[in-house]
Amino acid sequence: MLHTHSNILGLAAALAFACAAGPANAGGNPTDPQIAHIAYTAGAIDIEAAKQALKISKDANVRAFADDMVRDHQAVNDKALALVKKLNVTPEDNDTSKALTKQAEAKRAELSKLSGAAFDKAYVDNEVAYHKTVDNALETTLIPSSSNGELKALLQTGLKIFEGHLQHAEHLASTSK
Amino acid sequence: MRMRWCCPAFGALAIFAGAAIAGAVVPIAITDLVFSPAEITVKVGDTVEWTNNDFVDHTATATDGEWDVAIPSGKSAMQQMAKAGTITYFCRVHPGMTGKIHVVSG
Repeated sequence: MLHTHSNILGLAAALAFACAAGPANAGGNPTDPQIAHIAYTAGAIDIEAAKQALKISKDANVRAFADDMVRDHQAVNDKALALVKKLNVTPEDNDTSKALTKQAEAKRAELSKLSGAAFDKAYVDNEVAYHKTVDNALETTLIPSSSNGELKALLQTGLKIFEGHLQHAEHLASTSK
Repeated sequence: MRMRWCCPAFGALAIFAGAAIAGAVVPIAITDLVFSPAEITVKVGDTVEWTNNDFVDHTATATDGEWDVAIPSGKSAMQQMAKAGTITYFCRVHPGMTGKIHVVSG
């Protein structure tokens, strides 16, 4: 439990960093190339988490949720890639993306030691926490900081999709034993 | 010999397919994770057709389990309303998306 909390706190801190310490523009907020990288990384992390769940979990509901996560996040990331190409923007790696990736690796390592119901619970609980954190970062930092209208619109649609995932994950958490 | 059996069977299927959309087809658009209109009234035997304008897949899933319609991105899918009553439904992938269909006797 302590590990879970520390990872979530680390994740929240990583995303908060996007707001407080983005090195790029005058306001201290992340730039569009950095925002694109952070959003893409956040999606890729959830795809990896879902793939791990599909390898380990035998629960039909958990597997269906993981399938949904792979499909939806891939669709959003494909849109993001097409948009940055169209805008001729090169996503820029940054400390927030790096911290997110590091946190996710730690979480995957932690979950890899579990199986059965213990894994399912840990995966679903983390999905709830992860989507809460990412949704909050989108709402309070990434969307307000994005300057390109199309990027902002994609992030706003992404937020609606991810809010749906949060509700789905919360429902799963409340119904699984 | 095989063809002789095949053709009547195909004809029967075509009749069934025709019967399935005998009533009106009532459209519902899905745009930016919203069913629109979110609430409609149809007659028994009418068919609701959802069109998914989003880039992610959705479902229209009756809360009572009566039907569960997959609506892939960029595609349409239909469901005939077989009996009178009010049905609430949602998207399984994004449960915040909800709609309501009042089905009244013809």
